[in-house]
Amino acid sequence: MTSLKGRDIISIRDLSKEEIELILSEADKMLPIAEGRETSEILRGKILATLFFEPSTRTRLSFETAMLRLGGGVIGFSTTEGTSVMKGESLSDTIKVVEGYADVIVIRHPYEGSAKLAAEVSAKPVINGGDGAGQHPTQTLLDLYTMKREAGGIDDKIIVLLGDLKYGRTVHSLSYALALFNTEIRLVSPPSLKMPEEIIRDLKELGAKVKEYTSLKEAIRGADILYVTRIQKERFPDPTEYIKVAGSYRIDLTILRDVKESLIIMHPLPRVDEIAPDVDKTKHAKYFIQSFYGVPVRMAILKLILVG
Amino acid sequence: MISLEELRVRPIREGTVIDHIKAGKALKVLKILGVGEDHENIVSIVMNVPSKKMGKKDIIKLESVFLDKETLNKIALISPKATINIIKDFKVVEKYVVEPPSIIIGIVRCQNPRCITNSEREHVTPKFTLVSKEPIAIRCHYCSRIMAGEEIEKNII
Repeated sequence: MTSLKGRDIISIRDLSKEEIELILSEADKMLPIAEGRETSEILRGKILATLFFEPSTRTRLSFETAMLRLGGGVIGFSTTEGTSVMKGESLSDTIKVVEGYADVIVIRHPYEGSAKLAAEVSAKPVINGGDGAGQHPTQTLLDLYTMKREAGGIDDKIIVLLGDLKYGRTVHSLSYALALFNTEIRLVSPPSLKMPEEIIRDLKELGAKVKEYTSLKEAIRGADILYVTRIQKERFPDPTEYIKVAGSYRIDLTILRDVKESLIIMHPLPRVDEIAPDVDKTKHAKYFIQSFYGVPVRMAILKLILVG
Repeated sequence: MISLEELRVRPIREGTVIDHIKAGKALKVLKILGVGEDHENIVSIVMNVPSKKMGKKDIIKLESVFLDKETLNKIALISPKATINIIKDFKVVEKYVVEPPSIIIGIVRCQNPRCITNSEREHVTPKFTLVSKEPIAIRCHYCSRIMAGEEIEKNII
């Protein structure tokens, strides 16, 4: 039987489709508790340590909420200011100390591979809350959960990934997970920010149908899910080029005229200009509920790791 | 009368001959093998020798030294066609082409400056897994960055 008890969650690639499905169905059970309609004491007496070596309000707060909603306690820091880290302590040492205080550790750290190192050092389970430009598996899990809830499932769906597909770690992890679900993945990006070839090859090997588009309009025709990511200004040496590119991939009411009635629009947030504020009021917009779903998903992960 | 050619590549009685090293890489190979200042036996290095197969090649002869296969296989990271000849009493008693190890620990540094193994504070030994033999490619165990060919060579510790 699939079990995640005592497991580290470092990269989405460490999870099988069955394990992902287990987390998503556990998240369903957590929903009424996450919404505050029911209460739970299932993690009473358990302690979560949130070690945030760089700030991330959303990830940290949703993990803390998740733990508190299940009756557990939380310790940790949200900045290294005033901690032993400022005195020059290594990550390995910090982890060895904290594992004595907590039952499970969430870590966010600017260096790639830091969560993997923490997991090797710690006897207690470690969850990666984002390691630099590396992995952020709980973001991918909440994205998948949003699709399950709001698009009626993941299997056999047509998903458009839009934006910076070259550097965006979110879309790399997400596309890998989507490939496990027999999906059609449509990629839309400026030519200079295309999905790396080796990732496309990996996805095809996993059984996904992958197609690249230059026209957003064409790509979203018939699609079930539109996943929008931010195109960063810094990626363009020429600011006028950025304005041109950003403009041609902006989601507004006009572009949504020909889409499927049931299309859902997702975004990992924060957004800048990628989605016009008008779109928020349409039934397609799911990016705010998507960020709420971080709570039941993280509750499910904590519960499955700590009590099975 | 001994020809110049023979003088250059004199047979050894006992030890290890590493042949077909990519031209110019002999010194790097010695570094990988840990043969340095404190090595006490005779070491002969011949570089840029004409070779039918490779155009040019390097050869190293380590007299009276028998290194284990695991150590010698590390050479494959920078010279995948290198051959090992174990010599006893002037005869080749074993001969094989190096095979890259499936796990590479402490030989190569990750080229990703944002990898945790490059944080001065951590003292983590870099670790890689082999992704492909030909062309050679390895993946960092920590940050998952893939390094290939010359990138590996440039980052030999």
